[in-house]
Amino acid sequence: MDQKIQLGPLTLKNPVITASGTFGYGLEFMRYGDLSAIGAICLKGISLAPRAGNPMPRIAETPCGMLNAIGLQNVGVEKFLKEKLPYIPAGATLIANLYAQTPEDFGELAGIFSTEDKIAALEVNISCPNVREGGVQFGQDPHMAAAVVGAVKKRSGTKPVIVKLSPNVTDVRVIAKAAVDAGADMLSLINTLSGMSVDIRTRRSRLANVVGGLSGPAIKPVALRMVHQVAQAVNVPIIGMGGITSAEDVLEFILVGAHAVQIGTYNFMRPDNAFRLVEEVRVLAESLGIESWDDYRGTLQV
Amino acid sequence: MIDSQTPCRDLEVLSCRPGSDPSLIDLVLSAPGWTCKPGQFVMIRPAHWGVELVWPRPFSVCDVSDKGLRIIFQTVGRGTRKLAELEPGQKVTVWGPLGRWFRIDEARPNLILAGGVGIAPFVMLARRERTDNLSMLFGHRLDLEHYPYDEIAARIKSEAMQQKTPADIAQFETVLSERIKALAGVGQVLACGPEPMLKVVRKYCLLHGTDGQVSLENRMGCGVGACLGCVCKTTAGDYVQSCVHGPVFDVRDIELGV
Repeated sequence: MDQKIQLGPLTLKNPVITASGTFGYGLEFMRYGDLSAIGAICLKGISLAPRAGNPMPRIAETPCGMLNAIGLQNVGVEKFLKEKLPYIPAGATLIANLYAQTPEDFGELAGIFSTEDKIAALEVNISCPNVREGGVQFGQDPHMAAAVVGAVKKRSGTKPVIVKLSPNVTDVRVIAKAAVDAGADMLSLINTLSGMSVDIRTRRSRLANVVGGLSGPAIKPVALRMVHQVAQAVNVPIIGMGGITSAEDVLEFILVGAHAVQIGTYNFMRPDNAFRLVEEVRVLAESLGIESWDDYRGTLQV
Repeated sequence: MIDSQTPCRDLEVLSCRPGSDPSLIDLVLSAPGWTCKPGQFVMIRPAHWGVELVWPRPFSVCDVSDKGLRIIFQTVGRGTRKLAELEPGQKVTVWGPLGRWFRIDEARPNLILAGGVGIAPFVMLARRERTDNLSMLFGHRLDLEHYPYDEIAARIKSEAMQQKTPADIAQFETVLSERIKALAGVGQVLACGPEPMLKVVRKYCLLHGTDGQVSLENRMGCGVGACLGCVCKTTAGDYVQSCVHGPVFDVRDIELGV
């Protein structure tokens, strides 16, 4: 089976993408597999200036999941372009993940990346639950979401723009439509669910930030439902994510309408999981007699 | 470095035995061709965990030889309790060795300061390094026979102090301070143990101007530098991942307990 996927103007070798914040700048995983074998690598979120992130502790394990409140720690765009990007092998398909606190800064970042040949697409993060300004506040308000997308589209040149949606809303379709109306070429969902974990003995939250974003297998049913809803509400390619840990999970997301998937927490469970999953998805699809993803996508019987 | 083609693999459990105290477990895994430096660690995640426990667990390598890869750990939470149930023949996914190791200064005295199960990485160090300028002070709560103390004491000059009361802990701190002061300008300390102990080690190293390295046992999500969950604060004010910039740090480079 040819696993190739067409995501609007973006062609991927296969539908497996590593999710931002779970695969570093790709370099961290080079000894565990061939980066060019993965459909795409969504890079750690980048802001204009470096960010130190939130205080420790930042992560907590929960049944079938984890909470994080990293707070978008990153080296900043200048250092990324100088010290990270040149070392990522040329064959890898890279998606830059952008974070900013204003629509104007989002636009500036998009402008910087628009001229980078090694970057295939831009993912706009309007859904991080762990930062005070920007992040999810943009992703919860359709007008703000549209403003950010509009600012990015103005400066993104030929790079396709993916908008990453938050599950922490009443109706995800409202934000999805606002993003598409503002020019989003694709949508990715879901970012983490806002959650907590507390210690009854110390009487403290297990995260210094008190609340964090829940990811991992625990959130898969929520993610699947939202992808299903959004796939019926908009007419752009959708990248589904949330708790994927097997080839079966990947096919479930494609069945409800996703063009591709991102895997996140699964990268922590074993560092070569993304590489293994590419092959496992192919084998499973072939065993089910699937000849092309276009034939299988969105064929859920309801 | 292990074979760069296979840094992540499924290893077979050769043995998993509780010591005379059931909270301390001695785990040996098959590990053909592994080489590793004292202070480095591996990430371990048994295949049978399924998806309930999503993280692997980091452990200092106690020793690696043709007998296998040996880990000594204490059961403290859900993960380590489940790990303690492993039986010979079961498979665990292991990646490593990871991180930075203890740097021995062969020209000067090196004093190991170990606390509790923090003694683990020094088993390999004592077995491999020259022993004439190496010694150890070991602070412990359980009786001494529960730890691999004798394996180290058979090779290098060692002393142990048991802490059962707050007064014992205060006495240990006094001795730590004296030993660290005695090495100022002439040697270095290598420390691994609970964070309160490492804070004391760092405090006296800085106070007396003694060179020191400490191994941090931070919670880790991935072990490879991606999750940014294990960071510690440097004295320059940055957060760095303890999995790739550590776990062994120079005491002057990091803050503790912030």
